[in-house]
Amino acid sequence: MEQNHLKKINFIKNSLFEQGYLDEQFTQLEDLQDDANPNFVEEIVTSFYSDSTRLIRNVETALENHPLDFCKLDDYMHQFKGSSSSIGAKKVKVECNQFQECCKARNAQGCIMAFQHVKQEHSTLKRKLEAYFQILRQVE
Amino acid sequence: MPSSSSVSRNSTAGGDSNVLDQFPAGLRVLVVDDDPTCLMILEKMLRNCKYEVTKCNRAEVALSLLRENKNGFDVVISDVHMPDMDGFKLLVHIGLEMDLPVIMMSADDSKSVVMKGVTHGACDYLIKPVRIEALRNIWQHVVRKKKREWKDIDTSASLDDVDRKEEKQAEDPDYSSSANEGHNWKNTKRRKDDEDEGEGEGEERDDSSSLKKPRVVWCVELHQQFVAAVNQLGIDKAVPKKILDLMNVPGITRENVASHLQKYRLYLRRLSGSHQSGGNTPSFFSTPDAGYGSISTLSDLEIQALAASGQLGQLGQLPGQSLATLQAAALGRSGYSKSPISVPLIDQRNIFSFENPQSRYGQVQNRQGHNGNITRPMNLLHGIPTTMEPKQLVGMQGSFAGLTSQGLIPLTGQSQSQSQTQSHVSRHPVLPGQVVSSPGNHVTESTGNRFQLRGSLGIPSYGLVNNGNQIQTRPLQGADLTFDPSRHMNKNMQGQGGLNVLQHNNYDSGQKIGGNKVIFSTGEGSGTHVVDNSSMLKAEKVNYKSTFCPEEYSQDDLLTAMFTQQQQQEGIGQGENELGLDWYSLDNLPV
Repeated sequence: MEQNHLKKINFIKNSLFEQGYLDEQFTQLEDLQDDANPNFVEEIVTSFYSDSTRLIRNVETALENHPLDFCKLDDYMHQFKGSSSSIGAKKVKVECNQFQECCKARNAQGCIMAFQHVKQEHSTLKRKLEAYFQILRQVE
Repeated sequence: MPSSSSVSRNSTAGGDSNVLDQFPAGLRVLVVDDDPTCLMILEKMLRNCKYEVTKCNRAEVALSLLRENKNGFDVVISDVHMPDMDGFKLLVHIGLEMDLPVIMMSADDSKSVVMKGVTHGACDYLIKPVRIEALRNIWQHVVRKKKREWKDIDTSASLDDVDRKEEKQAEDPDYSSSANEGHNWKNTKRRKDDEDEGEGEGEERDDSSSLKKPRVVWCVELHQQFVAAVNQLGIDKAVPKKILDLMNVPGITRENVASHLQKYRLYLRRLSGSHQSGGNTPSFFSTPDAGYGSISTLSDLEIQALAASGQLGQLGQLPGQSLATLQAAALGRSGYSKSPISVPLIDQRNIFSFENPQSRYGQVQNRQGHNGNITRPMNLLHGIPTTMEPKQLVGMQGSFAGLTSQGLIPLTGQSQSQSQTQSHVSRHPVLPGQVVSSPGNHVTESTGNRFQLRGSLGIPSYGLVNNGNQIQTRPLQGADLTFDPSRHMNKNMQGQGGLNVLQHNNYDSGQKIGGNKVIFSTGEGSGTHVVDNSSMLKAEKVNYKSTFCPEEYSQDDLLTAMFTQQQQQEGIGQGENELGLDWYSLDNLPV
């Protein structure tokens, strides 16, 4: 049973890595998890999602102000990117970069579209990680 | 380096002795990041490295923590991008006030930002996401810094006062004091240093090394007092002990004075003698833009002429020739490794690019040196990132920022009380380039801003480093501009409304970040006598702090920053006049 669970967990995790949702940083987090902080990874991810929601809202608000304040947007995205990269959210980070490129190019439309992708990746990853943690918990 | 077991924060449950034995375990780290996720991760990582972690999500809070626990931390890790305060400002603040090693981090890995960290004095720069491996070795920065301090102390102590040194050290509870416990440790370190020479600091033991991070900085005011004392005694008869007595500044030792005197003498020699010696002067220091050749030092007459023009603060009004001369003189000194900063007044613009010229100097001083892209002559202030206009500089009291090759010479800090008397002192002709801190001090805030120049500005920083206890930082008026076009000028000039000709020493292009500290007394609240008489300066009112590390160093900013700050802070509202003219009224000029 346990073996199966473990296999399942590994399978899910590996696929997340292979599909590019997660990168090495996530492994770093897992390595940090220990007896003192047995749910460290989940706590971090939870913290990330609650904080990033705020950042997303900021960006959305900023995107509603016309003309777009690209500096501010870039700034928000920089924060968002930093946060995402700290949990290893690879695809999210890629989309953040894209957004920042659009900011640099002062491409309003591009920003809006890029942001859609960011949000998309952000919520996709959230779903996947939630599922992952759920399975992890089952093992415990 | 065992951490002091007496420091409460550091005394871990793991037993003090264990901690001591297990360095770097127990290293006290303060991590600052506005991102809660990152903060949690870093904390965990650092804990896993067996460090003692304090986390903080706001720069202001971090600063208060540091101030309240002067020796409660060994190293600070800070994010660059924070909403309440720019990370570089925090960096500079910490460097000035607490002189702790600061590691910057950011998701931004662009060269310019990293360079900014370097120039502002960060001892390392980590790219996010940070890996635990990167954190394991941060203790090296603590050791390195201590080592430098030791070296500095050793070299500055020309006489035996081991006792005094130890005493001083004893006041720093943390690592340095632990070093005290074992004077041997220090000696060992020093020997080791000599043996290693790995850091390349050992080139010159007398603080000319840019890497050296002095524990005390000679802020303008302090330097002024020093110069006054020297003048009073007569340069030939000025011996450290007497100077120290005359200065009557608590918190500095005979060794500090001796070392400073040594530099000063070299500086004077340089002034009177040579022009750019090429030596280590970084090319841009030579201010190619200025196009000034080496010029003889300004004569007294010239200085007086400047003063006489009555508007020293307003360089624009100065006779062009004088100004040019000043600049030339300043330039002439650029090559000197140990000489004071000779900076061409005019070209001082944009020595450092400051990010926010508007922000107060005290806030953050990005010790950003130039990113090597300094296109403007940085001569004005060695290591002083100021965006000051030449004219402003004129108004500025030159602070004898010991321009060392790296531009910063540690100055002993002055006690606040000294500041009080400073006003008197500052009334005297100030050695050009002396930063006169206004009385009133703001201790922590106004520490001399140690501005570390990007390698290029070899302006020694004179400022007060608040080493935890002894010295209060005084706001430096403006950057530590050392203006010392000539020996003569030293005596007379000063009054020129703060004609601070910044001279930059030659500084190595090889940025020795650690070493360069330009101390600017940001006259926070202290009534610095910044000679900010130039109306121009006022107009600009750039917060020195912010301009401290601007992206672009504009002289305007520099000067403005310097003056503004002081004025603001100190309420120098004395008005332009006051600053410049009062201080440097010809009457007061010792002839």
